[in-house]
Amino acid sequence: MRYLPHTQEDIQKMLAVAGAGSLDDLFKTIPDAVKVKDGLNLPAPMSEWELNDYMEKLASENIACKGYTCLIGAGSYDHYIPAIIPYLVSRSEFATAYTPYQPEVSQGTLQGIYEFQTMVTELLGMDIATASHYDCGTALAECALIALRKNRKADKIAVSDLVHPSHREIIDTYLKPTGYEMVLIPHTKDGLTDMAALEAMDGIAGVAVQSPNFFGHIEDLAAVKKVADTKKILFITSFTEALAWGILKNPGSFGADLVAGEGQSLGIAKTFGGPGLGLLAGTSKLMRDLPGRLVGRAKDSNGDDGYVLTLSTREQHIRRERASSNICSNNGLNAMTAAMYLSTIGKIGIREIAQLNHDKAVYLKSVLTDAGFEPVFDRPFFNEFVMKAPKDFNQKRTDLINRHCVFAGLDLAPYYPELTDHYLFCATEKVSKQQMDQLAKEVA
Amino acid sequence: MMTQRPGTKGLIFNEPNVWDKSREGRCAISLPKADVKRAPLDAALTGDAPNLPQLSELDVVRHYTRLSQWNFGVDSGMYPLGSCTMKYNPKTNEVQAARQGFAGAHPLAGDDCSQGALRLMYDLERALAEITGFDAVTLQPAAGAHGELAGMLIIHAYHAKQGKQRSKIIIPDTAHGTNPASATLCGYKSVNLKSGPKGILEPEAVAAIMDEETAGIMITNPNTLGLFEENIKEICEIVHAKGGLVYGDGANMNAIMGVVQPGKLGIDVLHLNLHKTFSTPHGGGGPGSGPVAVNDKLKPFLPVPRVEKDLDTFKFVTDCPDSIGRLHTFYGHFGVMVKAYAYILTMGAQGLLDASRLAVLNANYIKESLKGTLNLPYDRPCMHECVFNDAKQQEYHISTMDMAKRLLDYGFHPPTVYFPLVVDGAFMVEPTETESKEDIDQFIDAVKAIAKEAQTDPEKLTAAPVLPKVTRLDEVAAARKPCLRG
Repeated sequence: MRYLPHTQEDIQKMLAVAGAGSLDDLFKTIPDAVKVKDGLNLPAPMSEWELNDYMEKLASENIACKGYTCLIGAGSYDHYIPAIIPYLVSRSEFATAYTPYQPEVSQGTLQGIYEFQTMVTELLGMDIATASHYDCGTALAECALIALRKNRKADKIAVSDLVHPSHREIIDTYLKPTGYEMVLIPHTKDGLTDMAALEAMDGIAGVAVQSPNFFGHIEDLAAVKKVADTKKILFITSFTEALAWGILKNPGSFGADLVAGEGQSLGIAKTFGGPGLGLLAGTSKLMRDLPGRLVGRAKDSNGDDGYVLTLSTREQHIRRERASSNICSNNGLNAMTAAMYLSTIGKIGIREIAQLNHDKAVYLKSVLTDAGFEPVFDRPFFNEFVMKAPKDFNQKRTDLINRHCVFAGLDLAPYYPELTDHYLFCATEKVSKQQMDQLAKEVA
Repeated sequence: MMTQRPGTKGLIFNEPNVWDKSREGRCAISLPKADVKRAPLDAALTGDAPNLPQLSELDVVRHYTRLSQWNFGVDSGMYPLGSCTMKYNPKTNEVQAARQGFAGAHPLAGDDCSQGALRLMYDLERALAEITGFDAVTLQPAAGAHGELAGMLIIHAYHAKQGKQRSKIIIPDTAHGTNPASATLCGYKSVNLKSGPKGILEPEAVAAIMDEETAGIMITNPNTLGLFEENIKEICEIVHAKGGLVYGDGANMNAIMGVVQPGKLGIDVLHLNLHKTFSTPHGGGGPGSGPVAVNDKLKPFLPVPRVEKDLDTFKFVTDCPDSIGRLHTFYGHFGVMVKAYAYILTMGAQGLLDASRLAVLNANYIKESLKGTLNLPYDRPCMHECVFNDAKQQEYHISTMDMAKRLLDYGFHPPTVYFPLVVDGAFMVEPTETESKEDIDQFIDAVKAIAKEAQTDPEKLTAAPVLPKVTRLDEVAAARKPCLRG
């Protein structure tokens, strides 16, 4: 076995030092009655060649192996990843390091994550960002818990029903054993969170609104802020498409208290939905309530600059049962990837990519409209939008997948039963005019 | 004779903060030609472009290459970090996960178009169920602590279903640090349980506090002293007799693969860390993956969606009325699952058993080789890790931290320090099976040399480290006036 370095001679010498007669002897503190008798029943070990063949066979059972035109987003986006990103992030000094508990030999991770935190604050217009969370949904659930802990008189959190359906389910899971409750804010016929319904709610500790929302629409965050202030509750906002902030007015400028986001768009492959990148940002006031790791500046004993993990008294390994969260491992390497991506595209690139996403989406919407789709909502969007499809579209959609490897929109009916024949489309910088024209021809 | 130490001097580069390198007008991405009309957004909706650094491609490459050179990884040297299982991360695992059919897969492509991914998840669940001796597995939790949360939610849901919720959970002093915080998230009050004089739990102590208000117990086995909980079966029986459940923290599974199946010991629910036992990289803090295994009794409570097999096709199923619900936006860290599955397929049953045996051999070899040099509070046959402390060095005013920092100068990552809490000044060594006898001998020699320095040259320890890019950092000052962004 190529990962196991011990020769028979090594084993004998080491057993002699350990005072054991055999390898089995090492396990004599384990009662025989509970030991595995006939070995584990697992597939026979594969050589690297066999593994390659087997894994390629599995991979080829996913349609993604052929390369496809991806016109769905809904939390996982098809953006171009520059060649330098996988190249740099696979440097094993980053990939094979542990959490930087020993800062003297972890300055690479620490400076990289400090810069990541800074980039996230720039992107979102917030004071502080954490070193990352698992994904947007889990980050948002943590934000809900913060609001409920900060506002002890309330036991409910108001969540827009245009927050990603999976994220709402995660909040539900996290709240179930706590006795707290999530109340849904309905949406208006325009496809926006219903502010009047929010205003009428009582006993809530915070409000969470996603923008752009699950339908792709840009929400009126200023209006959410106004209601939050009137009610003296925390204003939480979330997003699934991080590149939107290359062009849209950021959540910080609307006075958000907490922001949870998905950073998968920032140089991270879709990978069947994970690992992505949870982004979590807040105001300075909430610094000690934030879950998970934070990197801060420090001086060494010579007075030189460096970085350390800081404010760890909030965390599980110090504060134990009174910690602000139980999170330990986060999505650090994907945070590093995002920092590399944001350094690569820079201030100029992010604006241009964001604009291109919007341009393509507007074009896709126009050609679909020409092909007989109905643009149900007339609201500004970034790169996703909802269309009502002609009756026979579902069959055409399946044909498009099978014949052309084109994924034309996500059926919304499983998420919003009233929206039969409604599809959520997404266009990114990767889709060409020719591909969109071809699609329009096929579905017309 | 002292073997050559791996750490030596070498040229590394200074590298400023990324914004200090930025120059107006640079951009390191090639932008596609616009083939559709520009569609400006309403100016009321747009903001200024975020102030990201502006760099050329080589600027970016050099920045991150230099940063990486300030890091220590498993590929650089031995990383004997207790309870973290820093074993070698096979490179072929990365190749498998990067295949277009996996890396390019959209999570909402539909079951028909995702059969390879679903089959892999299903087969990995079966393999982990076999390794742990449980009936069912979920791969959804994103990390070990997330798996713990899943496990506690399952216990909570189980008691709710029985019609009577309970208020407490027993947590031994040899459990992992995340355990109490995970229990709190479910509203359970932690009841601390002291381990016995042999460093393991005593059934009588469990019986004395286990009652019908207690939801269960969280046990790490082998525990964080590196000792197998010999009374585990009896303890499970005591807890079950009062209607409680036993949670197993499988972070230390690397000691017992193919030797013991925790599911056969009476444990009801167990989480694993694919980024420890199953060789996927830690990534400087993540992403990990924390699958949870349960017995039949708890299977209905597993998170959704579940992967199910129907003849030879696979599908996601969400219709599980007793499920705790969803824990991740999609299905968990699929990319990490591919790597762990590649590892299991490469190792096979015998390979995994050998890995555990050699991990335990390496730890016992270190324990016996160093117990004259460092104090060993529990001198018993250990599993895959052993815990020393600084009792012998205190007379020279040298602490565990000083020895840990001096190890950096010798070219080793320090062990886990000051954990577990049950040992004062703990120095917790987990070598893993992938370190060779020569590398371990070098480590042993380094610790012995450092112990000698503690007597003759203590300032070499208190001033350590001197070779890394920075010396000891003032963490207290950093926390007093936090500066969290540039």
